[in-house]
Amino acid sequence: MTTDARPQSTPQTIEMMVNMGPQHPSTHGVFRMVLQVDGERVTGMESVIGYLHRGTEKLAEGEMYRQVITLFDRLDYLANFNNEHTFVMVTEKLMGVKPPERAEFIRVILLELNRIASHLMYYAAFGADTGVFGTTFMYGFRERERIQAVFEAVSGARMMHNFMRVGGVKNDLPANFDAMMGDLMPVLERGVRECDDLLTTNEIFLERTQGIGVISAADAVNLGLSGPNLRACGVPYDVRRAEPYSIYDKLDFDVPVGARGDCFDRYLVRMEEMRQSLRILKQAMKGLPAGPVMATNVPKGLRPPKGEAFVCTENPRGEFGVYVISDGKDRPYRLKIRGPSFVNLMSLPTMMRNAYIADAVVILASIDIVLGDVDR
Amino acid sequence: MTLDTLLDIVLRLVALLLFITVTVLALTYLERKVLARIQQRVGPMRTGPLGLLQPIADALKLLVKEDLMPAKVDRLLFWMAPLVVFVPAFVIWVTIPFTRDLVVRNLDMGIFFIVAVSGLSSAGMVMAGLSSGNKYALLGAARAAAQLISYELPVVFAILAVVMIAGSLDLREIVLKQNVTPYIVVQPVGFLLFVMAGLAELGRTPFDIPSAESELMGGPMIEYSGMHWAMFFLAEYANTFALAALATLLYLGGWEGPVLPALLGPVGNVLWFLIKCYLVIMLIFWVRSAMPRLRVDQLLSLAWKGLLSLSFANLFLTAFYRYMGWPDVVMLVVSLALAAGALYVMARRRRATAAHPSVRLVTREELAR
Repeated sequence: MTTDARPQSTPQTIEMMVNMGPQHPSTHGVFRMVLQVDGERVTGMESVIGYLHRGTEKLAEGEMYRQVITLFDRLDYLANFNNEHTFVMVTEKLMGVKPPERAEFIRVILLELNRIASHLMYYAAFGADTGVFGTTFMYGFRERERIQAVFEAVSGARMMHNFMRVGGVKNDLPANFDAMMGDLMPVLERGVRECDDLLTTNEIFLERTQGIGVISAADAVNLGLSGPNLRACGVPYDVRRAEPYSIYDKLDFDVPVGARGDCFDRYLVRMEEMRQSLRILKQAMKGLPAGPVMATNVPKGLRPPKGEAFVCTENPRGEFGVYVISDGKDRPYRLKIRGPSFVNLMSLPTMMRNAYIADAVVILASIDIVLGDVDR
Repeated sequence: MTLDTLLDIVLRLVALLLFITVTVLALTYLERKVLARIQQRVGPMRTGPLGLLQPIADALKLLVKEDLMPAKVDRLLFWMAPLVVFVPAFVIWVTIPFTRDLVVRNLDMGIFFIVAVSGLSSAGMVMAGLSSGNKYALLGAARAAAQLISYELPVVFAILAVVMIAGSLDLREIVLKQNVTPYIVVQPVGFLLFVMAGLAELGRTPFDIPSAESELMGGPMIEYSGMHWAMFFLAEYANTFALAALATLLYLGGWEGPVLPALLGPVGNVLWFLIKCYLVIMLIFWVRSAMPRLRVDQLLSLAWKGLLSLSFANLFLTAFYRYMGWPDVVMLVVSLALAAGALYVMARRRRATAAHPSVRLVTREELAR
């Protein structure tokens, strides 16, 4: 018998295109990921964005400065106060206005509460993406609802607050704010501890997140990664410490920094940040001075003098920057938003090198993008 | 085959079918309520008092839903796949005894029959995925095939260990032999293996990668709707209950228990059986609510490297203990030592993670440097 009956040593395979999104239970908003897979391994990836583009930068050119604040609420819709604050700061910089002490303290309190709320949402979605059916959602949202109740008491809205103003904040805190916060802080501490207990030492969770989606510090800096994602790679850069704004240089807090730049470190850095935010909140509540909440030298019609200014702040997602060019009128001439999620998203192909499909979902969840920020 | 015998068989089967259907409906309700409570919600509350009519609403909805068959499917396989999955799930119930005398038909190789028949439903899952003409279904079917085959072996070896101790494949015999000590005491590792591998066979969290909702939206069953999908659904719950029933019979002492049989006679036995079954089912629901899911390669490596080695060790130790004719307590000690060893290996890894925390707090002074 001379016929060679041995089969071919490697069977023929074709790579498959798997489309995830835009409507998908786990792509955190309308984001489309087209994966090229070889079996279970991802060999290539293309992200398609723009499903939530609303033309914020162009719209802002036609609105007065006070109206633009509402646009900023809707950018990174999980960190409303942070967005508003950045825009208000850049306008204050253009106009040379300094808000009073009490306003600054109120702002920081709301900013840090918003940071905790955003990280709780991250926890909820991240847990759901690793496979815990709904439990992390409920645990994360329980505390988040309480924070949003505080937001509602202060600003009148749970999410789109429109509360910060050029020169201060819209109104003073409600009379029972101290009592509310006194009730809230231990609840938040316990909540963060419970969330931690559920996932952080879970063997399966560790298997799913450690060593997955690794990005080196050099790559991260080159790609412009910022926020907890960058700090998870070992780069201790926090805008609140590097270029302090508001009253952050007077507050005492540490910056959690990771080591390996994998999904687990990104998760752990955010859990630690929640604890540090609680620390900041305690200090801010204790040091809250009396006084006005609005600067006195702010004119009714906001007309910044000709000039340009750029301000960046530490959003829960990273470095959020706003660049405004004013030509002396009451509407901005040009507004440019540096959205952290947009830049963070560009690191996704690097992180997904040699990942499995199941990992692709976890990695996307771990960089914590908000489509409002990506698409603007 | 006289008319009497025929009537007897038909009546038994109808009774069994009714019981299974009612139990499956009850389980869907229970799962939603238990999961909801763990997640600090309340679950269904509106359909009937406390949401008790929810399963009926679900069943009615599935009955009247349009049963789509997409154009690209392989019609025969697509139509047949739910049957291939559901029929074994129902057939194994023929041999499961609820008490000594309450069984449709007791076979003296009962457990062998159950294992053999339940293996057929794996083929049904793969048929469903392959015939659907959908990339997600294809991926799901591939994962399901790998998973279901890998986890058959640990299940079978765990069962074999019990059979070795009892000396019989007959489920009634196995329970009767547990009148002094339930086999969970003698085989704690075996029980854990059985439940874990059984969960994987069921395709439930943490092993639910074939039907991973947040990734592949239902896996092999994605193109099914209406009554066809209801078959898959029923099969999964019937299998869950079967797993709990087998765990009860093989490890927890079946229908024996302290107070109730003396008070209520055979009804007390049935109650004990159901109580133990539902305890195992609660455990299964609890695990579902609190655990992330394993990735498919981790799943397979757990089966082949972890569970299979452990089940081999368990089997070997059981065989050795039987051969030497030692008393039960030796088996218990050795089994616990084995379980301790496995847990130690796991704890070592967790300690390594905790000892070198990968996240440290950088103070202001350190940043200024």
